Amino acid sequence: MPIVGVNRDRLFEALGRKYTDEEFDQLCFEYGIELDDVTSEREMIRKELSKDDASALSEASEDVIYKIDIPANRYDMLCLEGIARALNIFKGRLEAPQYRLADMKGKPLLQLVVKPETALIRPYVVAAVLRGVTFDATRYTSFIDLQDKLHQNLCRQRSLVAIGTHDLAKCRGPFSYEALPPADISFVPLKQTQKFRADELMEHYLANDQKLKKFVPLIKDSLVYPAIYDADRTLLSLPPIINGAATAISLETRDVFIECTATDLTKAKVVLNTVCAMFAEYCAQPYVVEPVEVIDSFGESHVYPDLAPRQIDVPLDYINSRLGLQLEPSTVAKLLRSMQLQVELSSAAAAAAADGSSSSPGSDLVSVPPTRSDILHACDVMEDVAIAYGYNNLSKQIPTTVTQGRELPLNQLTELLRQEVALAGYTEILTWALCSRAENFDAMRCPESAPGSGAVAIGNPQTAEFEVCRTTLLPSALKTIAANKREPLPLRLFELSDVVLLDAERDVGARNERRLVVVHCGKASEFEVIVPDDLAHYQVLNVPREGSSDSSGRMLTGAWGVLSFNQATRS
Amino acid sequence: MAADIEQALLQQLADSADGSIPDSGDFATAVSQDHLKVVGVIKSLEAAEMITVEDISHSRFVLTSEAQAYLSAGSPEVKLFNAVPADGITLAQLKSQLPGDVSDVGFKQAMQQRWVALDKAAGEPRVVRKVDSVTDGAQAQLAAVAAGNELPKAEADALKKRKLIKLDTWKTYRVAKGAKFATQRKRQATELTSEMIASGSWRSKEFKPFNFNSMGLPPSGGHLHPLMKVRSQYRKIFVAMGFQEMPTNNYVESSFWNFDSLFQPQQHPARDAHDTFFLTSPAASDTFPEDYLARVKAVHEHGGHGSAGYGYCWKRSEAQKNLLRTHTTAVSSRMLYKLAQEGFKPAKYFSIDRVFRNEAVDRTHLAEFHQVEGLVCDRGLTLGHLIATLQEFFSRLGMKELRFKPAFNPYTEPSMEIFGYSSELGKWMEVGNSGMFRPEMLQPMGLPPDVNVIAWGLSLERPTMILYGIDNIRDLFGHKVSLSMVKSNPICRMGL
Repeated sequence: MPIVGVNRDRLFEALGRKYTDEEFDQLCFEYGIELDDVTSEREMIRKELSKDDASALSEASEDVIYKIDIPANRYDMLCLEGIARALNIFKGRLEAPQYRLADMKGKPLLQLVVKPETALIRPYVVAAVLRGVTFDATRYTSFIDLQDKLHQNLCRQRSLVAIGTHDLAKCRGPFSYEALPPADISFVPLKQTQKFRADELMEHYLANDQKLKKFVPLIKDSLVYPAIYDADRTLLSLPPIINGAATAISLETRDVFIECTATDLTKAKVVLNTVCAMFAEYCAQPYVVEPVEVIDSFGESHVYPDLAPRQIDVPLDYINSRLGLQLEPSTVAKLLRSMQLQVELSSAAAAAAADGSSSSPGSDLVSVPPTRSDILHACDVMEDVAIAYGYNNLSKQIPTTVTQGRELPLNQLTELLRQEVALAGYTEILTWALCSRAENFDAMRCPESAPGSGAVAIGNPQTAEFEVCRTTLLPSALKTIAANKREPLPLRLFELSDVVLLDAERDVGARNERRLVVVHCGKASEFEVIVPDDLAHYQVLNVPREGSSDSSGRMLTGAWGVLSFNQATRS
Repeated sequence: MAADIEQALLQQLADSADGSIPDSGDFATAVSQDHLKVVGVIKSLEAAEMITVEDISHSRFVLTSEAQAYLSAGSPEVKLFNAVPADGITLAQLKSQLPGDVSDVGFKQAMQQRWVALDKAAGEPRVVRKVDSVTDGAQAQLAAVAAGNELPKAEADALKKRKLIKLDTWKTYRVAKGAKFATQRKRQATELTSEMIASGSWRSKEFKPFNFNSMGLPPSGGHLHPLMKVRSQYRKIFVAMGFQEMPTNNYVESSFWNFDSLFQPQQHPARDAHDTFFLTSPAASDTFPEDYLARVKAVHEHGGHGSAGYGYCWKRSEAQKNLLRTHTTAVSSRMLYKLAQEGFKPAKYFSIDRVFRNEAVDRTHLAEFHQVEGLVCDRGLTLGHLIATLQEFFSRLGMKELRFKPAFNPYTEPSMEIFGYSSELGKWMEVGNSGMFRPEMLQPMGLPPDVNVIAWGLSLERPTMILYGIDNIRDLFGHKVSLSMVKSNPICRMGL
C-alpha cells in the first residue's frame, strides 16, 4: 500500500478545521485510509543521518507531516489535493467537482503525432494541457510527488506508464512521438548542463544515478528509444527515463503540457486523468482541462483526456441485499454523493421519491467520475455505500447456512499421531519447508542427480536457504539438534509435516506428501531406543510392519539414531 | 567426618558452663578440623534449631602476589638503588639493566624516598645517588605482615596504596544452645515409606516439613509445539462452527489458481518476483479447465457479469507460471470452482496451512508462515452476515470486541480489515482481513448470480506470539527455535 506524506497544517487548512491526531486517525479509520505515522522533515532526516550532520538538520522544517497509508486502488488519493478532496466530500463540506474539457470551439487542438516505430518499444501516448496553473512551493512539490507515487504504483516503476510534464511556454506543437536509434538522439537532460547522446546517457545513469538507473533497463538494449519532440525539434522527453532540460516546469510555469507514454493504454488514460483531475484545481478555470489530439500511427485521431463520467447500472435492491439493509433510494444517493458518485434515480424510483411513497426496487444509474478508476462493478458502488453508512453501523446477523463440520482425514490422522508421538516422550519441532540444495541432498549423502530424487526448485530465492522445497524432513531435524547443543541429552524430537515431490501426474507437476520424522540424539547410537518406537508407531497406526533397514547405512551412523517414517500417513 | 564434628560440638556445648562455644575458629583448631567443615555442621544444626549462632567478624592484612616476590628478593627501589653506580647512570642504561616493572616501580619509589635524583645539568639526564646506603624498609614491613604482626597505620596505608597488602576478612561463629538442643540429633524422615507404615515406625518418626517453594523434577514426557497447539484449537473452533476442512496439502500452485482465478490482474505488484517464489522446476502448468480459463481471460480483459474488467491483454503464459502459493485462497478458489461444477449447495470451508512469500526474514516476517482462512458460500449472504460470523469466531478466540475498517483487496469487495481489542495488551490491533468475494471471481466459475461468498483470513503466528509472549517470529518457527521454549510453554487457553 502506498504511503503518502502530507504537511499536516496544509491538510487541515484544506479540510477547513483542525483535528487532534486521534480524531484524524478515527476519520481515516472510517474512510479506509490509515494514519501510519506522525513525523516531520527534521525527524525523518534525524532518523537517516548520523548525529554530527547537524547542518542539514537545522535547515529542515519542523512542520508536522502525516504519513497516510492509501489503499492500493485509490490513485486519486496519492497527493494532498486528492486526500483533502475525498475527505471534504466525505464530510459533506464539498460537492464532488465536475471535471470537464475546455470548450475548444473555433480553436485548434494541440496535436501529438505518433510515428509507427514507437510500436517497437512503447506504443501508446496520451496527453493533456492544464492552462493558467498557479503553483507555489507546496503545490509544486505535491505535483512532483504525485508523479513519483504514480510511477511507483500504477505505472509499475514506469514499465507500464511514464509521465512527462512540460512548460508549454518553452515549446510548441505540433508534437511528435517517435522511436529513434539511440545515437540519433542528443539533448540536455533535466538536472544536467551538457548535451548527452541517448546511449551515453544510459551509461551515465547506470554509473552515477541511484534513482534513474533502475529504469534504464526498460529501454537500454532496444534498437530504438522513444522520444517526444516539439515543432522545433526540441526534445521534451526520453520516456520512460528523463525529460529534457529545455522544457522543464518551474514555479513560474502557467501552462503545463502533460504526456504519458505507455505499454498499457488503459493505465495511461487512468494516469493522465488522475494527474489532470488533481491539479486542474489550480487552473485559471478550476477543474477544466484542455484536450490534446493524438494522431496514432494509422492516422486516426483520438482526443485525450476522457473526463466523461462512466455510467454503471446499480440496482438498489442489489445494494440493500448485499449489505443487509433497507435503504431508501434518496439515502443511497446521499451516501454515494459523499463518496464522489452521482446517482440518477430511475424514473420509477424518482417518482416514488417525489410523492414520498416507498420505492419499488429498480435500476439506478450511478455515474462514476474519472478519478474513481477503482470502480469496476456494482459491488464497488455497494462497498462505497457501506463505507459511507459505516461498517460498524451495519446490523449483524449470523448466516442461517446449515452445513456439517468436518476435518480433512489426513489432518485428523496427523493430529492423532502427533499426540501419540508426544506421549511417547518426543518433543515436537516445526521447521521450514524451504531449504538449500546442499542440505537436502549433499549433506544427506543423497545426490540430487540420483534417479527419482529431484526437488521443486525456486527460481528467484533471496538467499540459499530458499533454493528448493524439501523432499525429506531429516535435515531440518538435524539442524534443530545442532542449534540446541546446550540442551541436556538425550534429545527426542519429532515433526509431522509435508515434503514436496515432483509428480508429473499432477496438474502443477508436484505434490505434497505428509511425513513423520523421529530423532533420538544421545551419547551412544542407542538403536534399541528407536526400534521399539518404530514398532509402537506402526502399532498405533495399525499398519503391517515392513523392513526398515536402509542398505546404504546412511540413516544409522555415529551417535545419531534416526528413523524416517514414510509409509504410514499416505492417505 | 561431619558426624564426628557434630558430636564433638554438641558435647562441648553440653559440657560448657555457660552453654556456649565462644569461637568456632578456636573449636576447629581444638578438634583439628578444617573450619569450613565445622561451618557446614553449624549451619545444619542451626536449621534444625538445635543451636543459635552469632557471627564474629575477623580481618587481617595479607600479602598480594606482587609482595610475595618482594618478600624473598627485596623491594624494587632497593634493587634500583643498588644498580646506580657512584658516578650516576643514564635512565636508558638503567632501564636496560633492570626488568621493566622493577625499573619503573623502583625509580618512582627511590625518587619518593629521595634516595636518588635526576641530574639534568649536563645534556642527557643522569640518575645519581643522594644517599650512600639504604635499608630495605618495605621488605621488613612485608615480613612483619607475613608473620601476622600489626603494622603502624601509616605504614599499612602506604603498603595498601602500593597494592602490596590487602585486607582479608572471614567469619567465625559464637555458638550457643538452641530451642531444640540435644546432645544427639534426631534425624527427620523426608519420605513416608511403605516399610514405616508396615512396621509402625512412622508413629515415632519426626518428619521433615515439605518445602513447597522447591523446584520439582521436570516431567519426562514429550511436548507439543506451541504453534501447533494453537492450530489444534483453531481447527476445533472451525469444526464446531460447522466448517469443513479444505485439502491444502499442495504448496506448489499455478499463477492461474493463485492469482488469475481470483481476478488479480497480471500486472499486480503481488505477482512480482520480489514478492512471490516462482519455480524453475516444475516451471509451468499446462492442464487447466479450458472453458473456465477462457471465462477468466474474458473477465480480466473486458469484464462482463456487470464489470468493466481491467482492459489489458491477458496472457496464458503468465497464468501458467508455477509458484509456491502465496495464500491458501488459491485452494479456496479450486474448492469453489469444484462446488460450482458439482452443482451448488451451501458450503462452509476452512483451512490452516503454510503459505510462502519472497520476503526478507525479520522479527515479524518469515518467508513461510501459516494462514488461517474461513469462508461461507450461500445464497443471499450480506456484509452483516460476515460481521456476525467474525464476531462469533473471534469471541471463541477470546476477542469479544471487534471493529471494521474499509480496506482494499483485489478479490474481495467490500473488504474489511478486522481490528480486535486485546485486553492483554490494552489496545486495538489488526487481527485479520475479510470481505465478500468479487462477482468477477465467482461468476466465471459458474456459481449462480445470487450466491455470495464471505471470507476471512489471518496468520496463525501472530495470535500465537501474543498468546505466548514471543516478540520475535524466529523464536517460534524454524530449526533455530530453542527446545526449552517448546518444552516450557503452557497449554493453549484461547478463549478459556
